[in-house]
Amino acid sequence: MRYSFRILRFDPLEDKRPYFQEFAYETNEKKSILEALMDIRNDQDCALSFRYSCREAVCGSCGLVINGKFDLACRTMLESLGTALVVIEPLPNLEIQKDLIVDMEPFWRALYSVEPYLQPAGERPEGGYRIEDRVMERIDKYVSCILCGLCYSACPVVSRDERYIGAAALAKLYRFIKDPRDKRGYKRWFRVNTEAGAWGCDTVFKCNEVCPRYVRPADGIEGVRRALVGAKITRLFKRRG
Amino acid sequence: MLSHDVVIVGGGLAGLMAALAIDPKLSLAVVSRVHPLRSHSVAAQGGINAALGNNPNGREDNWEKHAYDTIKGSDFLADQDAAELMCRRAPAAILELEHLGVPFSRFPGGVIAQRPFGGAGFPRTCYAADRTGLVILHALFEQSVRRQVKFYSEALVTKLVAENGRLVGLTVFDLATGEVLPVRARAVIFATGGYGRVYLRTTNAYINHGSGIGMAYRAGVALKDMEFVQFHPTAIYPKNILISEAARGEGGYLLDNRGRRFMADYAPSTMELAPRDIVARAIQTEIDKGNGFEREYVHLDLRHLGEKKINKRLPSIREICIKFAGVDPVYAPIPIQPAQHYSMGGIDVDQHGATSLPGFYAAGECACVSVHGANRLGGNSLLDTVVFGKIAGEAVSDYVQGSRARDGDEKLLLDAAAGEKAKIAGWLARSQGFRAHHLLNNLKIIMSEKVGLFRTRRQLEEALEAIREIREDYGRAFVSGRCLRYSQAIVNLIEFGYMVDLTEVITLGALQREETRGSHYRLDFTKRNDQHWLKHTLLSLRDGRPAVDYRDVRVTKYQPEARKY
Repeated sequence: MRYSFRILRFDPLEDKRPYFQEFAYETNEKKSILEALMDIRNDQDCALSFRYSCREAVCGSCGLVINGKFDLACRTMLESLGTALVVIEPLPNLEIQKDLIVDMEPFWRALYSVEPYLQPAGERPEGGYRIEDRVMERIDKYVSCILCGLCYSACPVVSRDERYIGAAALAKLYRFIKDPRDKRGYKRWFRVNTEAGAWGCDTVFKCNEVCPRYVRPADGIEGVRRALVGAKITRLFKRRG
Repeated sequence: MLSHDVVIVGGGLAGLMAALAIDPKLSLAVVSRVHPLRSHSVAAQGGINAALGNNPNGREDNWEKHAYDTIKGSDFLADQDAAELMCRRAPAAILELEHLGVPFSRFPGGVIAQRPFGGAGFPRTCYAADRTGLVILHALFEQSVRRQVKFYSEALVTKLVAENGRLVGLTVFDLATGEVLPVRARAVIFATGGYGRVYLRTTNAYINHGSGIGMAYRAGVALKDMEFVQFHPTAIYPKNILISEAARGEGGYLLDNRGRRFMADYAPSTMELAPRDIVARAIQTEIDKGNGFEREYVHLDLRHLGEKKINKRLPSIREICIKFAGVDPVYAPIPIQPAQHYSMGGIDVDQHGATSLPGFYAAGECACVSVHGANRLGGNSLLDTVVFGKIAGEAVSDYVQGSRARDGDEKLLLDAAAGEKAKIAGWLARSQGFRAHHLLNNLKIIMSEKVGLFRTRRQLEEALEAIREIREDYGRAFVSGRCLRYSQAIVNLIEFGYMVDLTEVITLGALQREETRGSHYRLDFTKRNDQHWLKHTLLSLRDGRPAVDYRDVRVTKYQPEARKY
């Protein structure tokens, strides 16, 4: 089968603007987009730059826009595209560093802003925690997140307001709020009670649509909103009482 | 010049565990060729062993039984005191991980769940569904963020710089700029992982070239037991993505083309849950006899587990099968074949992670303590990274208190960086010769055909000769076109030189060891020989050539016995 790859190229140090370059590619095997990109780099242009690591959809390196669809290059099979023309672009909402490699820093900064780490109270309990599986199951889908950034780059709110921290960070916060081991006080997370945080979401649900791990991060945003309202009511009553 | 008290190379489980154990008063940096969350640890699926005794069928379990299973699984090549140390520390390590945020699956009563794994007398593998590596790596990374650990990501270490037996620092290829940077360090911990990509079939990530192990070797540090290469029994055909041992731990069957559970012929009492070396050889034997499919694979059948159990315990496995092989394990058996998976051997370290080069430490898969001996048990690799990563971090913190950087170090490092730069310039300047990916492919073919599951003197000798020819070709390598920034082509060329060294050491160790033990199966010496070979292979570079030494295995209380399952 012959394919025509149209790949976005850009080196901000040398090029005035991004451009598409065409590569012919032929294969009779069942190849992923990632494998095809590696073949093209090896045989046609060693300078073609893109990220990759695990090739099994768990490390989160290779998010791209493939024929207009956000996905990981490693888990997208060429034959599944149903066309011989393959258009490859880097993730939007992030600056291009070179070709298909984007600067993930804004995504990481957004993540760090929610203090994305377990904050237990005190020392670890002797003999470990006692947590029923049904309680742990509540955070199951959120801990499947691989932080690939697809939801961040597909989010229409992020594209118009760079202050918005996006779905992955909010879903991560929800994962900790719901974790019975985490004892962070309201003061440590109420800062997401803003338009740049939980209230920024337009409920367009692009994040749910593009997530390669079926995390449904928008459920996490919804959860944080409920938690914010709940915390406010609780505090109101406390003050009155 | 960048300068740190401690530089950890590698941001996987061993590297991050070490980072969290470094004295916070010291200046620490973690250098990683990818963002830490993209490290191969993330792909670990099935679990991590500790004798917690939480499983109703495992109440009698204790760390000594875990140690015995580990030692027997190692075909008695593990140093027994080291295996005991790891297993004794395992329960506390799991509870520490839990306190750091790892969301383990639970049993009724709220304790951490445990499942059966190969070669284990009791179900002692703790897990988070089939994404155990993912959740542990993320939890450790999150805690590193909390500790504000300094990361240099997408930076490939290219050389360990030492002089007169003294560590000085490193040179680093920074992908974002294409520059080679010198980094001064009083101590270095390598947590650089394995070398799966020297084989055609491997479960490892694309980044697992093993250059870290090669850099240690080039710096004069010995490599230990490198001939012991683990082939995982169940890698999906044809992409060779790992299908966790948990699939068999949860009750999966291995079937030949007549639907027969052939493990009955090889390990009648443990069947599919025999250790990996035995199961992998059994599968390959059946395929070679024509009892598989297309002479390539056999079936791993999970259908009888039912959709509910598969979704609860093995959700990622189901997803991998559907996405990458077009097979839904709820309705059809999975095509599987053995593929390279893990390196039992590695940089020779003691129980503190220290090498023979003062200030240079190693932990995780790139290191060999040795706890896995000739065959590692499933669930013991994550444990190794967590226990020995932490130990190395603590040991380095102690070491650095008594050490100082010296004048003259800067010049050494600048010279080393200039040398690395010149090497890269040479590749870029050449307009013809050998392309890196062709050389690498040739190397992989040699290793797969001649240094695989079954070995003979003749094949190993042929492999050695071919590897040495490839080394010559490497001297005439080139890249076509202009590429420096974010160039994986340059990265691959830098690493390739070290891969050639590694394959030579693996092959030489395998040629010398005239016995069969664990993963090392010699068709011309099919018996284990404790009289001559109850010892570790140590290969180091002397006067530019590999020199071999041996060291006796440390035995505490388990005399070698026949290994029956």
